[in-house]
Amino acid sequence: MQEELFAPGHRGCAGCGAAIAARLILKGSGKDVIVVSPTGCLEVISSPYPESAWEVPWIHSLFENAAAVASGVEVALKSLGRKDEAKIIVIGGDGATIDIGIGPLSGMLERGHDVTYVCYDNEAYMNTGIQRSSSTPYGASTTTSPAGKVSLGENRPKKNLPAIAAAHGIPYVGTASIAYPKDVIRKVKKAISIEGPKYLQIHAPCCTGWGFDGSKTIEIGRLAVETALFPIYEITDGKVTSVKKIKRKPVEDYLKVQRRFRHLLKSDRGEEAIKNIQDIADANAEKFGLDL
Amino acid sequence: MEIMEGSRAVAEAVKACRPNVIAAYPITPQTHIVEEISRMVADGELVSEYVRVESEHSAMSVCVGASATGARTYTATTSQGMALMHEVLFNAAGLRLPIVMTAANRSLSAPINIWNDHQDMISERDSGWIQLYSEDAQEASDMIIQAYKIAEDHDILLPVMIGMDGFILTHVHEPVELCSQEKVDDFLPLYDPIQYLTTENPLSFGTIVYPNTYTEFRYMIHEAMKKAERKIVDVASEFQDKFGRYYGGLIDTYEADDADLLILAMGSVIGTAKDAVDELRSEGKKVGIVKVRCYRPFPAEAIVESTKDAKAIAVLDKNISLGYEGALYTDVKSALYGKNGPLAMGFVLGLGGRDINKKTIKNIVAKADKAIKSGIFEAETEFVDLDLEVL
Ligand SMILES: Cc1ncc(C[n+]2csc(CCOP(=O)(O)OP(=O)(O)O)c2C)c(N)n1
Ligand code: SF4
Ligand SMILES: [Mg+2]
Repeated sequence: MQEELFAPGHRGCAGCGAAIAARLILKGSGKDVIVVSPTGCLEVISSPYPESAWEVPWIHSLFENAAAVASGVEVALKSLGRKDEAKIIVIGGDGATIDIGIGPLSGMLERGHDVTYVCYDNEAYMNTGIQRSSSTPYGASTTTSPAGKVSLGENRPKKNLPAIAAAHGIPYVGTASIAYPKDVIRKVKKAISIEGPKYLQIHAPCCTGWGFDGSKTIEIGRLAVETALFPIYEITDGKVTSVKKIKRKPVEDYLKVQRRFRHLLKSDRGEEAIKNIQDIADANAEKFGLDL
Repeated sequence: MEIMEGSRAVAEAVKACRPNVIAAYPITPQTHIVEEISRMVADGELVSEYVRVESEHSAMSVCVGASATGARTYTATTSQGMALMHEVLFNAAGLRLPIVMTAANRSLSAPINIWNDHQDMISERDSGWIQLYSEDAQEASDMIIQAYKIAEDHDILLPVMIGMDGFILTHVHEPVELCSQEKVDDFLPLYDPIQYLTTENPLSFGTIVYPNTYTEFRYMIHEAMKKAERKIVDVASEFQDKFGRYYGGLIDTYEADDADLLILAMGSVIGTAKDAVDELRSEGKKVGIVKVRCYRPFPAEAIVESTKDAKAIAVLDKNISLGYEGALYTDVKSALYGKNGPLAMGFVLGLGGRDINKKTIKNIVAKADKAIKSGIFEAETEFVDLDLEVL
């Protein structure tokens, strides 16, 4: 637990949620892992040649193929009689996972590889300059879904990848937030202890992309959970088996502290959008029974 | 010697190399290779992890992950599948992973066409893969065994793709002699990676490299390519010593010594050209062949040396760099630059499975003959048998 397997000195922004996620994931896994990362912020900040923040074996290949690369690592260990040497974990961004790499991820889940796929969800393509992904929430302004005279920013809700992953009939799906470190560590430990494909999605606020001070990362992460915009739950063998109950806060508490939602607070149409966002939160709360 | 389909001959050679991991996605005309390998795995003849991936992009990515973990890997593809692999091909070479792949050479869409030409591999010319082309099923099969030995050499550590003409070689039955398991085990040691993913020595692979070192990484790949020239030649001889079969090193020649005109080409068309040359020789025409076996690294020196006494060369390309000319023609001319070598003519032919027969070759020879006599060469690339009615 004390051991730091994601070393300090990486190039992430101060307060980077993705870096916190990586640190927590490795605290959960311990050192007997092989990590695969797709292209994205985490890969770039952690591996400026000749330095590396990874104290565990680590490989980056491309943006969309981490799940396939991890599949290859897994079958290689099996074939070489080294299966007991390491657990295999993918740590990839939402763009890599939910957009461009969803095909390879689906293939990996469907084929039953013994890999834990962890998506750190910072809700946009941060590495290339805050463009929208399919995990960008409704109403968020990004550089490719900017709020403008006729636009309120992103006009579609987050794609529900945990549900898609669960639909593959895999043994374990979970969501977590870096705002609750012990929960992240526990879920990683649990995931890697289960044989087969596992999917974890970890909410990882990005101070630079979302527009908040780097000292507030945990606070913002907590608000996402407390407003029911990022519900925390586990799906074991297809059934929801645990839910993090909350004393719910209005979504406005979360929206007003981030630059990406600020435009919503300034117009009647924005007010309308905030209602829609509250509806999304309400639906989450009802679906998972989040309210205490 | 046994009569078998070219695809099976390749699958048998793959089996004899005992790959740890095979990942492949079906595409015509590569299918018979991977179906045969699947059967071998299903029957327990080949103990290997066979990953039935959801795309060629993932096929190559699985090979990348497995190879980086220290496994011997194999895949096969062609055409659209190879195009889909494009970025992973560059990645595999850059990561210095000795993956071996068969390409059942086929044209690229549009228009969609499932038949043979070399556009798929030619389009991956700069990927950092060693590119070998085979003349017949026996060579396509034997080159698998040689390819691992070349790729896994610690001075090389580069992936190898072996072209075999789609349908013409993959689906045709030929007499083939298979290599015995015992001899292959003796010839090809287990893959012994220098660096690989292991908790015993945690390393980072595929890190981001800045402008101050990127050139140096590319240079090292280039150097390994240059070293591969020697290695390919050496392995060909070692293979001959062990198995008694030899296809030449980087190039091979046929009736070339006193030839006024040399035909340069790659792949199965060499067989047709040999038949045509036999007939032309009996008519007293001094025609010969330079078979280009290795396209990358490009055997510039060997080509200059083998063509220096000819009056002219006719370069046959089953590909076209649209807007310019056939790729082999460009490279050959570049090799001959400043060498006072023969006059060179380029012919684009056999695209999308267009038949090349002895007459095609003889027509080319006649054209070249005329050019030698008149001293006038068409500057533009000639499209052989272009049907003006269709245009
Ligand atoms: C095939 C391909 N397309 C586009 C890119 C450019 N690109 C690199 S990282 C990235 C976004 C990464 O987003 P995400 O996965 O969410 O990770 P983040 O940077 O947000 O942590 C993009 C678009 C690429 N590297 N490869
Ligand atoms: S842009 Fe966001 S995800 Fe990227 S390093 Fe900075 S805080 Fe982390
Ligand atoms: Mg992201």
